[in-house]
Formats: sequence, structure tokens, C-alpha cells
Amino acid sequence: MSDKVGIVIVSHSPEVAKGTADMVRQMVGAAVPLAHCGGNPDGGLGTDVAKIVTAIEDAWSEAGIVLLVDLGGAETNSEMAIEMLPEERQAKAVICNAPLVEGAIMAATEAWGGASLAEVRATAEELSPA
Amino acid sequence: MDSKLIQRLIEAVVDRIVAAEAELTALDQAIGDGDHGINMKRGTGAVRAAAAELAAKPAGEAVKDAGMQLVMKVGGASGPLYGTLLMTLGKLWPDPLERAGLATAVASALEAVKARGKSEPGQKTMLDVLFPVSEALAAGKSPAAIKAVAAEAAEATVPMQAVRGRASFLGERSAGHMDPGARSSQLAVEAVCDVLEAAQ
Repeated sequence: MSDKVGIVIVSHSPEVAKGTADMVRQMVGAAVPLAHCGGNPDGGLGTDVAKIVTAIEDAWSEAGIVLLVDLGGAETNSEMAIEMLPEERQAKAVICNAPLVEGAIMAATEAWGGASLAEVRATAEELSPA
Repeated sequence: MDSKLIQRLIEAVVDRIVAAEAELTALDQAIGDGDHGINMKRGTGAVRAAAAELAAKPAGEAVKDAGMQLVMKVGGASGPLYGTLLMTLGKLWPDPLERAGLATAVASALEAVKARGKSEPGQKTMLDVLFPVSEALAAGKSPAAIKAVAAEAAEATVPMQAVRGRASFLGERSAGHMDPGARSSQLAVEAVCDVLEAAQ
């Protein structure tokens, strides 16, 4: 398991989620744990708590993971997914208030350098207007 | 609460929501992302598919598990919101069932929904229907009176301006349409009250 903070990308669109993950991979390589998911339980636009839980498990790192999400439901469903994790993991999974694509890339770049969970989150959130 | 009543309540709520799919979608296209009807149909459909299994459980468990189905199957923000409502309500369900205990459980469940949505009444959401309904329940109102409260409360969301969710991006333009979550809440409350009236 990687000692670097993991990145989870959650979009309403499976294509947007995959495209964002592709950009992160190209820019920071394979050293950072990364997972993505998108689409509702039927595969249409939306998000799916079960898929988010799986993505969190796939990208899990003992250093923690940050989630980058797009619109409202992606955030609420990500909160639900975090609450379904084992208790000791819940505090190590945080949602960034940041734009999806730019936030994922900034977070991954910071994580690649070995930054802590709080530092990775803060770097992504610098992109959001105060 | 007997299992036949639980099953009738599930059927009634699901029927009402599924019948309103087009209306909920149209409301959501006006001020949201246009998926409320289809999402609620998918979520409540999952609850219906599990109805027999749910009805065999103690009422509190059934309500909690129905909430979990909504969380897992709705696919939009309304899943965690309605799911949190039912999961909290189920956890606090009074046994034996009596009105004061139920009213307290509903009030606590609404606090959980507020926290989940980071929202307050007056922001053009489902809370604008559910809070007056909760108060009417606590005040001992009849099912018919509670239905009237829900209808009036849903109507009152029309002029409101949204500050949460997708609708908030529209700012002032969100005024003039009924909130789709308020409407689906009203429909669910009506369906529950209809069953309770018929059972009296």
C-alpha cells in the first residue's frame, strides 16, 4: 500500500470521472493511489454510494484519501459513502471543496510529493474562492 | 404496527411517486438538474421490490432499511436526504407506536436531514414541507389536516428563492417554480395520510 495520500474522483458522468483520472495519471504518474467513479446505479448520469465506497477502497492509503466531487448529489452521496466506512477510516477520508479537474490535479501533485492529508486538501481548496 | 399496514404504506408512497415521475422531472428541469422524477422512481422501486421482506421486520427496522435502499439506489442528492430521514426515523421509532413518540422521532429525523443538506427551512427544499408536517403531527392534527398542511407548504415554495443545490445557481430565477423535493415530500405525506385515514 502506498504511503501517499490517495485521490478519489466522483462525477455525475462516468466519462468525466475517467477523463479527469486520465489527466491526473498523465501528470503525476502511477505513484499516487487513484480511483474514479461516476453514474447512478443504472449507469445514467448521477452518483452511486456503492460505487463511491468501492472507489475509496481501491484508492485507500494509510495516509488517507481526498475526494474530489462535481455537483450537489456527488457531495451528499460521498458523505454517505464515508459514513459507511469502518470507523477508523472515516476521519481519513475527506471531501475537498474544490473544482473537480483542477482540484484533482493539484491534490495529486501535492500527494505525489508526500504531503499530509490536511496539506493535500488545503492545496486543492486554495482553488476555491473564499 | 402490523406487516400488512407497512406493506400498504410502502405501496401507496411508491405508487404516488411513480405516478408523478413526469411532473417531478419537469419541476426539476425548471430549477435543478432534471433527474428527480427518474431518481425517485428508481429509489422507491427498490423499496417496493423489498416490500415483503421489509414488512416482515419490526416497523422501526423496516423504516430504517427502506432508508438504506433509497441511499443506495436513488443516485442523486435526494437519496441521502430521504435516506437519512428514514434511517434516523427508523432508529428512533417508538415501540409501541404512539403519536408523541413518533412526533419526537420525526422532529429528530428532520434535524438529521438539515445537517445532511446543510440547509434550513425557508431555502426552497423538502424541509419546507416536512417541518410544517412535523409540527402538525406534534399538534395532534388529523391525517386530513396534515395533508392540507403539506399541500399549502409545497405551494409556499413557489415564490421562494433557492440557496441550496443546483437551483441556487439560478438565484432569483429559481422563484416561480415549486421545489421538486417539496413536491415529492408532499406526495409521500399525502400517500401515508390516505392509508392511515382508510385504516381508521
